[in-house]
Amino acid sequence: MADSGSEDIAVIGNTDLTPLESENNLKNTMVEKGTSLLKKMEISVAEAEKRTGKNAVNMQETYTVYLIETRPVDAASEGTNPVLDSLWKRYSEFELLRNYLLVTYPFAVVPPLPEKRAEFVWHKLSADNMDPDFVERRRVGLENFLLRVASHPVLSSDKIFYLFLTEENGWKETVFETGFQAKADSRLKALNATFRVKNPDKRFAEMKHYGDELQSVISQLLRVRARAADRLYGVYKVHGNYGRVFSEWSAIEKEMGDGLQSAGHHMDAYAASVDDILEEEEHYADQLKEYLFYADALRTVCRKHELTQYELEMAVQDLTSKKQQREELATGTIRTFSLKGMTSKLFGQETPEQREAKLKMLETQIEEGEEQVKERNAECDEFVKSAWVDIERFKEQKDHDLRESLISYAIMQISMCKKGIQVWNNAKECFNKM
Amino acid sequence: MMSGSVVDNTVSSGNSSAAIPTDISGQILDLDEDDDLEVFSKDTTLTDGSSFNASMQTSPASMINQYKFEEDADTKDIFVTVDNPESHVTAIETYITYRVMTKTTRSEFDSSEFEVRRRYQDFLWLKGRLEEAHPTLIAHPLPEKFVVKGMVERFNEDFIETRRRALHRFLNKIAEHPIFSSSEDFKIFLTAASGELTSHKKQGPGFLSRMGDTVKAVAAAVRGVRNRPQEFTEMQEYVEAFSQKISSLDKVTQRIVREQKEYLEELKECGPTYALWSQSEEELAEPLKNVAGCVDRCCKETEEQVKNLSDHLIPVLHEYVLCADTLKAVLRRRDNIQADFEAKTEALATKKADRDTMRNDLDKAEDRLEWANNALKSDWTRWQKVMRTDLRSAFVDTAERNVSYYEKCLAVWESFLHSQRTDAEGNGKVDFS
Repeated sequence: MADSGSEDIAVIGNTDLTPLESENNLKNTMVEKGTSLLKKMEISVAEAEKRTGKNAVNMQETYTVYLIETRPVDAASEGTNPVLDSLWKRYSEFELLRNYLLVTYPFAVVPPLPEKRAEFVWHKLSADNMDPDFVERRRVGLENFLLRVASHPVLSSDKIFYLFLTEENGWKETVFETGFQAKADSRLKALNATFRVKNPDKRFAEMKHYGDELQSVISQLLRVRARAADRLYGVYKVHGNYGRVFSEWSAIEKEMGDGLQSAGHHMDAYAASVDDILEEEEHYADQLKEYLFYADALRTVCRKHELTQYELEMAVQDLTSKKQQREELATGTIRTFSLKGMTSKLFGQETPEQREAKLKMLETQIEEGEEQVKERNAECDEFVKSAWVDIERFKEQKDHDLRESLISYAIMQISMCKKGIQVWNNAKECFNKM
Repeated sequence: MMSGSVVDNTVSSGNSSAAIPTDISGQILDLDEDDDLEVFSKDTTLTDGSSFNASMQTSPASMINQYKFEEDADTKDIFVTVDNPESHVTAIETYITYRVMTKTTRSEFDSSEFEVRRRYQDFLWLKGRLEEAHPTLIAHPLPEKFVVKGMVERFNEDFIETRRRALHRFLNKIAEHPIFSSSEDFKIFLTAASGELTSHKKQGPGFLSRMGDTVKAVAAAVRGVRNRPQEFTEMQEYVEAFSQKISSLDKVTQRIVREQKEYLEELKECGPTYALWSQSEEELAEPLKNVAGCVDRCCKETEEQVKNLSDHLIPVLHEYVLCADTLKAVLRRRDNIQADFEAKTEALATKKADRDTMRNDLDKAEDRLEWANNALKSDWTRWQKVMRTDLRSAFVDTAERNVSYYEKCLAVWESFLHSQRTDAEGNGKVDFS
């Protein structure tokens, strides 16, 4: 941007960014801040296709597959037509990939997938998964997901991710061979259980609270926006009736006929223009939705941290109790209540040999316990460190992206206003000829 | 001998109207313009005012020929306003009066400025008198007695204001009409004190003579017209179609207003949601608050746009819906005058007694018919021009308001963009090149 040097900043150029361009802005940002993966290859989800086949219970089903294309960057910049690596994947395979990443990198705010079913729809928009508009928006969402992962400093170097992009057959088996599923199941169980942490980390608690708020407010915004879109559609479409009536009226008038007829055409154009306007707004809604789902990913990280913290606290508690037991056994004092202790009091003390054996066992357990505490402590520290780095990265990304979204929303509104001005000026000219 | 052909003089359709005045056009013509009527030649066909008979300078018929269609503001010599509604409470009723102010340079007025108070009933009376005197001239409609749809009280502010504007337009249209504006009743309406007006209203044909005329009128109406000239049939067809189209436009516009109001309801929730969001954010707080402000401003503009449509376009369309009804009534009255003439023609041919009287009646009926036809034809042309002007300017006005609405919203969002761009460049964050 040339430095004008003057105090008055002229309104700069182009206010007509199309949604395609604003999405390119996003991609360019991801590539610029680039990871080594993105420096090597270009990734895109180029097409979507319908397939039919037999599913797990041997029934016919129709599903959509998406074409993932990768291209080595160097070849492209040399201007030669590079050989594209391309393979087809279903939405469920994307889900599998994401689940794998969630389990393998619990500290990471894992980019979300586009929604499984259309939600927050306004009535003209189809909620049908097979609807071509929905499939197209999903294609864009899936491409965005891959690019997000590919630009993540940690996730981008994952082998399974690389194989996802390059291997069509056998990828699923490879994923399952990592045994992540078992880890996933146990994690899921633990996360779903209710537990309370004694000394919650303030920062993570605040983050979780923020995630809650973000999710709530974006949901509300999407709902309100969908309803407003519905209403706006009605306003524009009713103007189409003007077109019809003007045309009919012009038939019975002599001098007014031409003016009325042409004004009517502009009213039809006005009514039709709302379709494009609302389609563009859907892109904006999709950008909001991505961060709606990101909010959930953020909360998941905070929850996982809580779990890690809890497990540490449990280990410490366990160790402390074991140490106490040893002390009691060694000094003969009973501070902690135990049934054995009571019965031995009632029915007589143990023999020195029994005590010896017990002490020995406790010692081993204490050793193991201390190891575990050390491990868990390290785990916790490691988690906190990596998670906080990723959260900071996420915050910056979110602030930048959402600001871009708001700007593109403003640009959309401007475009809509310009169209309105044009149509009504045209109509006015025609009315003047009445 | 006063012959009466009674004409259907209902003021507006769909409502129970005040007493239907009988047509005493025959009497009035005989009293005031008898001389002129004899001069009036049956051979002169007056179509769109292009032909001009010098000998009839002072007759009302010639005035139809004479007036210009495009009147400059310079030649306007009477200005009427209706404003200042006030409510009056008596033991029997509560009603509203409006101030009617007149400024004029016309010599037939005693003074150059007048201020009187009139109620809706008075306007109804005036319209009735004008239609009695000129059954085939086209009078601008009055606002309806009460709004049929919706529970609008008579004393609701919006209703009063809408009515006031319509009454203002009505009087101005009368003042601009070449024939109506020189009516004695119009003059009295504009100038007389309330007491004077009341006593003037009481004059007019007696109840009994009105009854007699009614019977004859019903007979004529039942008989129907036999040989309606093609041009009047064409007029009727046009009026039918026009009535349908303008009603549709009225309905479409009302629907647009409804849809916009519902859109506004939803939009009103957007701004506060963005504001709520800004409370959870740090970096994003400023742009979010900014967007919230923009959405709120657009809401205000939308609200005003809705009001504009309701205040400006809808009343005009509504008046022309009523106009269509007036036109139908005028055509009916013309038909009845013709039916009366045809009946008298037949009577003369068949009956043997009273031939002289009947011949006289027939001549009068023939004159009346010719007068009615010519008056209608001229006024039809005038009305079409006025209609065209009114509707054209109403739609142009609407288009301009829409443009202005979008321009204002555009400015709102451009200022947001501007703030974001200067912000970003200030922070050295994003390159917008």
